[in-house]
Amino acid sequence: MESVVFIFSLIDCCALIFLSVYFIITLSDLECDYINARSCCSKLNKWVVPELIGHTIVTVLMLISLHWFIFLLNLPVATWNIYRFIMVPSGNMGVFDPTEIHNRGQLKSHMKEAMIKLGFHLLCFFMYLYSMILALIND
Amino acid sequence: MAQPGRPPAASAHSGAGQQRYSNGPVQNSLVHSSQMSDGQGYSSSVPGLYSHQIPTKVPLHPSSGQYNFGGSQNVSPLNNQGSGQILNRPPVGTISMAPLQHTSSVPQILPPSQNSAAIASSSSSFLPGVHSPALSNWQYGQTPVSQPTGSQTNHFDHVAGTASTQPLSSSGSTNPQTNYQYTVSPGGPPLQNSYMKPGSVPPPVNQALASAFLPVRPPLGPPPTGGPTLVRPSATPVEPPNSSVPQPLLNSATNQEAGDAAATASDGSLVQNSYDAIEGGGFMATTYPSPAPQNLKMGRNVGYSYPTLPPGYQNASSPAVPGMQSSPLQYAAGPQPFPQPSLGTNHITASMGGLSLQPEGLRSINLLQERNSLPPTPLQAPVPNLHEEIQKLNCNPELFRSTLTNIPQTQALLNKAKLPLGLLLHPFKDLSHLPVVTSSTIVRCRSCRTYINPFVSFLDQRRWKCNLCYRVNDVPEEFMYNPVTRAYGEPHKRPEVQNATIEFMAPSEYMLRPPQPPVYLFVFDVSHNAIETGYLNTVCKTLLDNLDLLPGNTRTKIGFITFDSTIHFYSLQEGLSQPQMLIVSDIEDVFIPMPENLLVNLNENKELIQDLLRTLPQMFTKSLETQSALGPALQAAFKLMSPTGGRISVFQTQLPSVGVGALKSREEPNQRASAKDIQLTPSTDFYKKLALDCSGQQVAVDLFLLSGQYSDLASLGCISRYSAGSVYYYQSYHHEHNPVQTEKLQKELKRYLTRKIGFEAVMRIRCTKGLSIHTFHGNFFVRSTDLLSLPNVNPDAGYAVQMSVEENLTDTPVVSFQSALLYTSSKGERRIRVHTMCLPVVTTLSDVYLGADVQAITGLLANMAVDRSISASLSDARDALVNAVIDSLSAYRSSVLSIQQPGLMAPYSLRLFPLHVLALLKQKAFQTGTNIRLDERIFNMCQVKNQPLIYLMLMTHPNLYRVDNLTDEGALNINDRTIPQPPILQLSVEKLSRDGTYLMDAGSVMFMWVGKNCRQNFISQVLGVPSYASIPQNMTHLPELETAESTRTIAFISWLREQRPFFPILYIIRDESPLKSNFLQNMIEDRTESALSYYEFLLHIQQQVNK
Repeated sequence: MESVVFIFSLIDCCALIFLSVYFIITLSDLECDYINARSCCSKLNKWVVPELIGHTIVTVLMLISLHWFIFLLNLPVATWNIYRFIMVPSGNMGVFDPTEIHNRGQLKSHMKEAMIKLGFHLLCFFMYLYSMILALIND
Repeated sequence: MAQPGRPPAASAHSGAGQQRYSNGPVQNSLVHSSQMSDGQGYSSSVPGLYSHQIPTKVPLHPSSGQYNFGGSQNVSPLNNQGSGQILNRPPVGTISMAPLQHTSSVPQILPPSQNSAAIASSSSSFLPGVHSPALSNWQYGQTPVSQPTGSQTNHFDHVAGTASTQPLSSSGSTNPQTNYQYTVSPGGPPLQNSYMKPGSVPPPVNQALASAFLPVRPPLGPPPTGGPTLVRPSATPVEPPNSSVPQPLLNSATNQEAGDAAATASDGSLVQNSYDAIEGGGFMATTYPSPAPQNLKMGRNVGYSYPTLPPGYQNASSPAVPGMQSSPLQYAAGPQPFPQPSLGTNHITASMGGLSLQPEGLRSINLLQERNSLPPTPLQAPVPNLHEEIQKLNCNPELFRSTLTNIPQTQALLNKAKLPLGLLLHPFKDLSHLPVVTSSTIVRCRSCRTYINPFVSFLDQRRWKCNLCYRVNDVPEEFMYNPVTRAYGEPHKRPEVQNATIEFMAPSEYMLRPPQPPVYLFVFDVSHNAIETGYLNTVCKTLLDNLDLLPGNTRTKIGFITFDSTIHFYSLQEGLSQPQMLIVSDIEDVFIPMPENLLVNLNENKELIQDLLRTLPQMFTKSLETQSALGPALQAAFKLMSPTGGRISVFQTQLPSVGVGALKSREEPNQRASAKDIQLTPSTDFYKKLALDCSGQQVAVDLFLLSGQYSDLASLGCISRYSAGSVYYYQSYHHEHNPVQTEKLQKELKRYLTRKIGFEAVMRIRCTKGLSIHTFHGNFFVRSTDLLSLPNVNPDAGYAVQMSVEENLTDTPVVSFQSALLYTSSKGERRIRVHTMCLPVVTTLSDVYLGADVQAITGLLANMAVDRSISASLSDARDALVNAVIDSLSAYRSSVLSIQQPGLMAPYSLRLFPLHVLALLKQKAFQTGTNIRLDERIFNMCQVKNQPLIYLMLMTHPNLYRVDNLTDEGALNINDRTIPQPPILQLSVEKLSRDGTYLMDAGSVMFMWVGKNCRQNFISQVLGVPSYASIPQNMTHLPELETAESTRTIAFISWLREQRPFFPILYIIRDESPLKSNFLQNMIEDRTESALSYYEFLLHIQQQVNK
């Protein structure tokens, strides 16, 4: 059973890694003027909710399967994702707003955030991988 | 269409555009004015410059090297280029030598700017200082010339030097140059002795400079001054020829320094060297690191000397003949130019004119003791501390202004100063003189796409170095011909290099599609509520009157849409006897009922249009429909406009209630009081999305809100904000209940309809490498990092940007900023309006404070506070404003003031900072209290974002004048009208006297307060009423009486009104008037129910600062 949990987490984590990479690529495209703010933001906003769901599922899964350490590790990131999503002002077009992304260094902070998430997901990936192997051996 | 949007941008800018842009050398014909109304300016404006330049250049060129920052440039005018300007700097020491050489060779330059054109050449050389980089380059080319001209001994040296240098230059290494210089310098020195020597040794250089400076002054200068004077006479005769030769503009500028004479050049070189050594070779050398204190003094001295010097310069340059004598003179002169730059940091201003300013500028003021710091005349923008000649070419502060006119060298220094760094722009301002250039080749930097401007350096006649990215570019063949002087080989004299503000006619590479025709679409709210207000009558009548004045050409198109709960289109098909109305009632899925004839050619269908405008106001008088489907109407308008782009003018009188974009009332009167929980953010993203769609299709939406009740301007305003439109708000508009608003609407609508307009525009703001723009304020959409998409641009819009220092500016003595606005004029021409501003870089905190522009800082802080109110809360924004004052004054106290004095000390430049911030806190946008409605507050925030600085300052801190004793003393004379200029008074009731009458000009409104004991004479002769008691409560006009007092007063008020694009209503009030509270509200320095008085505010600041 435990191995199933970790196999799923691993797959989910891979998806999140790809998503982070996609965020980084899109944002750096915007930085280099390869795409305009509007298309960049509409691309990214589409993936904010899937990312949020994907990460929340893993977090909840860890709670249910009583992996406390991994749960606590994931909790802050999941909370941040939800907080960010909820706090979008009503007049904005999503977490990424084309009219503001070039202001006040928002682009840079989005970039930084995506980088941190990428690192975090990579870390999780190896943890899940290790745990999965351990679980498979124990089975 | 989205694509189009981008492409234009690209074309406009570097990006993709490069290929297209390629400056193909073609013939360059400058077009003067012919095209534009403005156009002519070019020729006119240019002339002056030219003359100056010309003289200078001739003599100077030879040596030219001078300034540039780098010695590199100077040295090698030719060679250096190759070597890479920057690179050279390191060698500075060596370089310095080189400069000397140059100078000697080039002497002419020395003469400070003062030199008139005639003497010119030498004088022009001053400019060099400014231009220095460019000039130096030029010199290359010129060098040969100059040598000939440079008769003096020095010249010889120079010549030799130059010759040698050139070879070296070919080699390209700086060192060689330096060597040369050395050699040269020796030669030079003999004559000048002191000068030369210093020059030769880099370290000494500074001293040398100092000495040089001194020379300028009588005391110091003995050697120099004496020399120069002598020389001059002789020189003058000689020079005339030279001057006549007018060398290229560039040279002149650059030369100034180098220019005058070779001798001067040498001086200049010395200076440069020192600079280089210190700073890294900026000739601008604003920062004069080494001897800071001394420098300051020096600077001052120099500044003083300037006035006198200029003449000297002129002479000097001419002196060539005199030979030896002349050379000494030249030297002296030379030093001066350099000094200027150095001085510049301290006080160019001094040289600029206000000698007394220098001490004043450095002074710190105890605000608690000197409360009457408000100047009686309008506050002027500080003058950047640049060489006079460079400053002369600099952009008008009304167009382009920086919060800090001395740019801090590092981000750390900027952080320490606690002042915001940013620019305030008014790029499309109506100008009376605007040079227009028509050329198939627009010369731009190949890597950063900067347009060639007066602050680039010409390495030689064929190459110029970009002042933003420092890339060396080729001068296209076409650019060698100067259409103004019809001379060949003078690229530095081209108008592009002589004007900081210029307009280019863009060739087809700058178009993504053929230029669009002017298209105007009017969208009217005709619900019951709207008809009640009677606005439609006024608007249709004004439109009818101004139909022929709409900017446009034979292609102009116009259309009308009206809406209540349905949308009505008007077919204006040719051949119809009257307009045909088409009603679309499906507001869920809006469609355009017919593809053509809804937007029609204005000229071909004028009668039908006039017919419609006459009947429109009567068509809905019996309408009982109260709903408003603004969202669907805007969608329909967008669909109608999207194939062409253009301008949509929306008139709305209530909260949109049906269809997409319907809004709910969010205003809760009881909550007005608290600064928190105010609904400043939009409630829906519908308007923002639509605005971005519009922006992509080059459509701008202007919103006229005439509403008595809450209409959620926070949400509606987005439609204009992101499509680069403008917002007009007429609170409680009603043609009967509020007749003054009708006049205001009429006047402002007339201006709106007839003012200039630019379509499908993009604007890019570039700045020198090392600075980066991180935040933009204004109405537009930031399409990519630094590209602002402006579907429409109008002359009444201002913009602001915030900047940070990303890389230390150690290599440059000056930085430049360039805004380029690419637009389609109403005549269907594609044009580029370019503004360039150059500012010095400084290394010390006291210099940063010295150059602070308090108005610009206030304006930028207001913009930042609006953002903060929306993203956080109003109370946060207010705290941030107060903290801005506290932080900057604490930083000043702890880092600049050596002696801790009691009281609240502020640098002279920031003496009005607390007052202006207090005024912001009391401004309608940021004040607390229950007496301001939400829409009005938000409208004021829109104004803060969109108004040019001058109007914003007036709305924040009104001007108060006493008008019952106007005299002709000091009056302006404009078109045979005498405009009295009364002094500006402080905004405090204690300044009011019951015997007087006062006019408060708050930008969009004026109050005339009549004192109870005002002279009977004034009341009867100006107000036209028999006594104080008989002044009507709601008087808003002054009668035109045939008395001198009346004429003066009316002339003054109408003069104030003419200067702005909106129409301030004049309220005449007396003690019992209900509007008296509004008048008193604007008394910034007094206490109000919820705000501190100025003195209390200062005490509060002092408490915080001294913590």
